[in-house]
Amino acid sequence: MRAFDYARAENPAAAIAAHGSDGQAAFLAGGTTLLDLVKLDVMQPRKVVDINGVALDRIESLDDGRLRIGAMVTNTALARDKRVVEDYAVLSQALLAGASTQLRNKATTGGNLMQRVRCPYFRDGVSACNKREPGSGCAAIGGVNRSVHAVLGTSDSCIAAHPSDMCVAMAAIGAKVQVEGPEGRREIDFADFHLLPGDTPQREHALAPGELITHVVLDAPLAGSRSAYLKLRDRQSYQFALASSAVIVQMDGNTVREARVALGGVGTKPWRAPEVEAALKGEPASEQRFADAAKLAFEHAVAYSHNAYKIPLGQQAIVRNLTDLTIA
Amino acid sequence: MSDDKPTAPHFGAIIGAGVPRIDGPDKLSGRAHYAADQQPADLVYGYGVFSTIASGKVSQLSVARARQMPGVIEIFHHGHFPKLYRSPSSFAQGNKVEETRLPFEDERIYYAGQFVALVVADTFENARAAAREVEVSYAEDHALANLDQGVAAHGTRAGRGDHSRGDAAAAFDSAAQRIDVTYRTPVETHNPMEMHASTAWWERDHLTIFDASQGVVMARNALSKIFAIPPERVTVHAPYIGSGFGSKLWTWPHAVATAAAARELGRPVQLVVPRAQMFTTTGHRPETRQRLRLATDGNGKLVSLRHESINTTSFTDQYVETCGSVTKSLYSCPHLTVSHATTQVNRGTPTSMRAPGAAPGLFALESAVDEMAVAVGADPLAFRLDNYAERDESLDLAFSSNHIVEATQRAAERFGWDERSAEIGSMRQGREIVGYGMAACNWEALKRPCDARVSLRADGTALASCATQDIGTGTYTIVAQAVSDLTGLPLERITVELGDSSYPDGPVSGGSWATATTLPAIAKAARVALDEMKRYATGTNGAFAGVASDELEVAEGGLRNADGKQVSFADILGAARYGSADGEAHTEGADAQYSYRSFGAHFVEVRWDPGISHLRVARVVSAIDVGRVINETTARNQVEGAIVMGVGMGLFEATEYDARNGRPVNNDYAEYVVPVHADQPEVDVILLDYPDTRFNEYGARGIGEIGITGLAAAVANAVYHATGKRIRELPITLDKLMDDVPEARTA
Ligand SMILES: Cc1cc2nc3c(=O)[nH]c(=O)nc-3n(C[C@H](O)[C@H](O)[C@H](O)COP(=O)(O)OP(=O)(O)OC[C@H]3O[C@@H](n4cnc5c(N)ncnc54)[C@H](O)[C@@H]3O)c2cc1C
Ligand code: SF4
Repeated sequence: MRAFDYARAENPAAAIAAHGSDGQAAFLAGGTTLLDLVKLDVMQPRKVVDINGVALDRIESLDDGRLRIGAMVTNTALARDKRVVEDYAVLSQALLAGASTQLRNKATTGGNLMQRVRCPYFRDGVSACNKREPGSGCAAIGGVNRSVHAVLGTSDSCIAAHPSDMCVAMAAIGAKVQVEGPEGRREIDFADFHLLPGDTPQREHALAPGELITHVVLDAPLAGSRSAYLKLRDRQSYQFALASSAVIVQMDGNTVREARVALGGVGTKPWRAPEVEAALKGEPASEQRFADAAKLAFEHAVAYSHNAYKIPLGQQAIVRNLTDLTIA
Repeated sequence: MSDDKPTAPHFGAIIGAGVPRIDGPDKLSGRAHYAADQQPADLVYGYGVFSTIASGKVSQLSVARARQMPGVIEIFHHGHFPKLYRSPSSFAQGNKVEETRLPFEDERIYYAGQFVALVVADTFENARAAAREVEVSYAEDHALANLDQGVAAHGTRAGRGDHSRGDAAAAFDSAAQRIDVTYRTPVETHNPMEMHASTAWWERDHLTIFDASQGVVMARNALSKIFAIPPERVTVHAPYIGSGFGSKLWTWPHAVATAAAARELGRPVQLVVPRAQMFTTTGHRPETRQRLRLATDGNGKLVSLRHESINTTSFTDQYVETCGSVTKSLYSCPHLTVSHATTQVNRGTPTSMRAPGAAPGLFALESAVDEMAVAVGADPLAFRLDNYAERDESLDLAFSSNHIVEATQRAAERFGWDERSAEIGSMRQGREIVGYGMAACNWEALKRPCDARVSLRADGTALASCATQDIGTGTYTIVAQAVSDLTGLPLERITVELGDSSYPDGPVSGGSWATATTLPAIAKAARVALDEMKRYATGTNGAFAGVASDELEVAEGGLRNADGKQVSFADILGAARYGSADGEAHTEGADAQYSYRSFGAHFVEVRWDPGISHLRVARVVSAIDVGRVINETTARNQVEGAIVMGVGMGLFEATEYDARNGRPVNNDYAEYVVPVHADQPEVDVILLDYPDTRFNEYGARGIGEIGITGLAAAVANAVYHATGKRIRELPITLDKLMDDVPEARTA
């Protein structure tokens, strides 16, 4: 841990001003990612701007049916909010499937969006890692890559899976990320917020330097839909997803009118699977149809030395989730 | 099976009662102070710099930048460290260490995570910050990263604990049915909750060290050798230990480094081993490869058994994982060979981890026995009952007490084994396929020499002391129970002091031998103290002046004569103006008349949901024969905890190393997967409770380790029953059970 300056901000504008845009500062929300990586010396901010006092901790229903979530709303508070439980079950379940109670009590909506990968070579501070040290290589390719590495959206530069559960649910729901920065306010479509590694894995998100996430606005719930999050892992709690699915379906009798499917644990970003959604639309609910559709998500999957099993496992996550929502 | 002598019924109800831990309230309220809780005046803090390569040497080490960091007091490394001496590492002399190489001996690197420097600063944070500024360059050699690489590079070296009888090869070749299978187990890391820690200081050439230690006497003697001072000038304290599972049995480099730094600086130094280094420099269970060859005659009787194992060890020391230790005697078999070999790899020195040898060994043996039963078309339960040994054929001795048949049958009945339909995958419940599996469990019973002291004091209390430890298992409590039983004093008037090397020499808390070793010594000391008390009472001015000592009996914390006159210990001592009646005693280890072992059987139900590739252990029924149970609560807790640890061994645990450079990759508590509450099966433990009075007067054999032995095999056998897949390499992760896993694209 290196010495850093510490400032506490009372409102977003002050936070943004204190932060600056020289790339040397970091906002401190729950600290469950930031302080961990600072102690490991993987993140080395010169300045830490504590945003716990910025009053972005409200959840508001907007007139157009959308739900606006302050960046500082904790994972626990969001998961337990009545509107979320009722209208966005998939999000509540995803949050509760993540981390542990203690972590969820500290972790925030903005921080969760910004959490870093769990790749051990990124975290060890010494291995070749293009994300930590651009151009140094990727130790995970050809190394140990069973649990926290992806099969979708990987590149020869980086194969780390995006670790968030919450974001998978948001990818399925559809959302806007509202940000405020030195250049003012703007809105980023959730699908564009996280970036694929390509050959710049050090660039993980669409925020400009110094921009603060202020809110996430969820799309209005799909009328009459049901939704659920299914997380598959080795042990039953306190582990990142090996594969997970967030599914929202709107049924017409026994026919799928519309489905939204996103995947976790298998992609380098929260992974929406439009090809699966298209294949399901208008089809009768049946395990076989679901299995056929689920395959499509992995047509372009690339398996590494230890994670090929994620290709069938990811499909199982989709099929079981859909089955439970529509048939079982 | 051997008969038990009837036990003299001289124990009261407190022996066996499930009384709560007497140290519980202190632990719950934070009054129990562990090694890293010590805050002596003037304390400073150490933090290690650890090697990032697994093989090679330090080519350059610069402390210039680190020295400029705030609060830095001193930085030690191979070019700047006092001269120390190696311990001979003799178990017989009581100075065993697992890693004989001293920290900072030279510039050589044998494993990733080896100490290369120690920074001492005024605060923990400053020490850690400065440690990052120590600049180390390495000349890296090609590391041997795993067992296969070690064997390929330089073969194996003979271990110890081998055994041979008959002609196993010939019997195998001519047998009716045979199997030849190889099993593998990965490195597992103890991961006790409390991290290794030492707080050390010197006063007038006397070293005092609070160390997270499972063996204060062993640590004292090793440190005395290392610092070349008499053992009387070393005191090791370990009043509380946040468990150890074997990793705290011996003195590791960090404790040596801390004590040396404290001496050099002339002030107390504290060092806590970071969690990541708990995987590298404080031991681990080594990786094993075990070849099992079994053969039966036409009647399904074992006629040949060979168990050949290889385990990884370090380049500095040879640690042998005696995987075949149980194989020698569990089953009756005329032709049998057990052999152990090691291969050197670039990892730290392995060490005992709960049920060393037996835990990985019984995974292999009890999986192979299951495979053999399947091969001969027998029910695995019936096959075992047919083949269990009636006497220890390796020692040619009778067992002191062996109820494995009853244990197996009772557990089978409680479990409902007869409802098992033998066909693979034939039992279903909803989406889940149910699998039933079983395995025997077994552990050697040991009793070591021990000293103890018991004082009956003028204030009406008793004090019992012994330099053994309570590592969270309940030793404090059972010692108090024994004293209470013999003196009639209630538990709340008994103080037990353990974990201090200046007390009478006691055993390491390992090998499940603390109970069988300590209690007889405590009892003997208590009797000596009671005799002393009787002498005082019958002396000239005593309460029972003129009465013969043998007419007095102990009652409710006092003495009573034939007329019913009863005087408390306090009054007897008060009358004589004595502070205490004291007893010191020494007891010897067990004699070699019998083979002393504990027995049992596990029955496991697994559920496999192929639709989501989910495997879980749903239910475990275990019956354990460990002799007399001293405390129903703590005993049950040991077996239940061991079962949970066995579930971890079966399904999750493995320390992974990068095959290219030998660095551990999942050395933290998030990525090294152990079971959490949500993974707990329904657990039902039957304690047989047959006192083994041939072993010691209490008839207790010790219970810490047996519960984990065989559990992973029972899981694997249940998995086979559910899925038809024989997983011969732990852990049994879901990817090993899935069908249709495509090929990987790249290396
Ligand atoms: C052991 C462990 C297990 C975990 N398991 C899971 C799991 O199973 N599933 C899962 O989804 N997650 C898991 N997590 C991750 C956890 O969800 C994240 O650490 C958490 O959500 C981060 O939120 P935070 O508020 O603590 O962020 P912080 O640590 O405070 O911040 C994280 C990053 O985001 C930046 N930041 C924070 N807020 C803002 C903002 N408003 N605008 C711009 N930038 C911001 C910070 O500067 C920092 O770079 C686990 C974490 C740990 C330590
Ligand atoms: S996968 Fe990404 S994070 Fe991991 S080592 Fe490669 S570049 Fe770094």
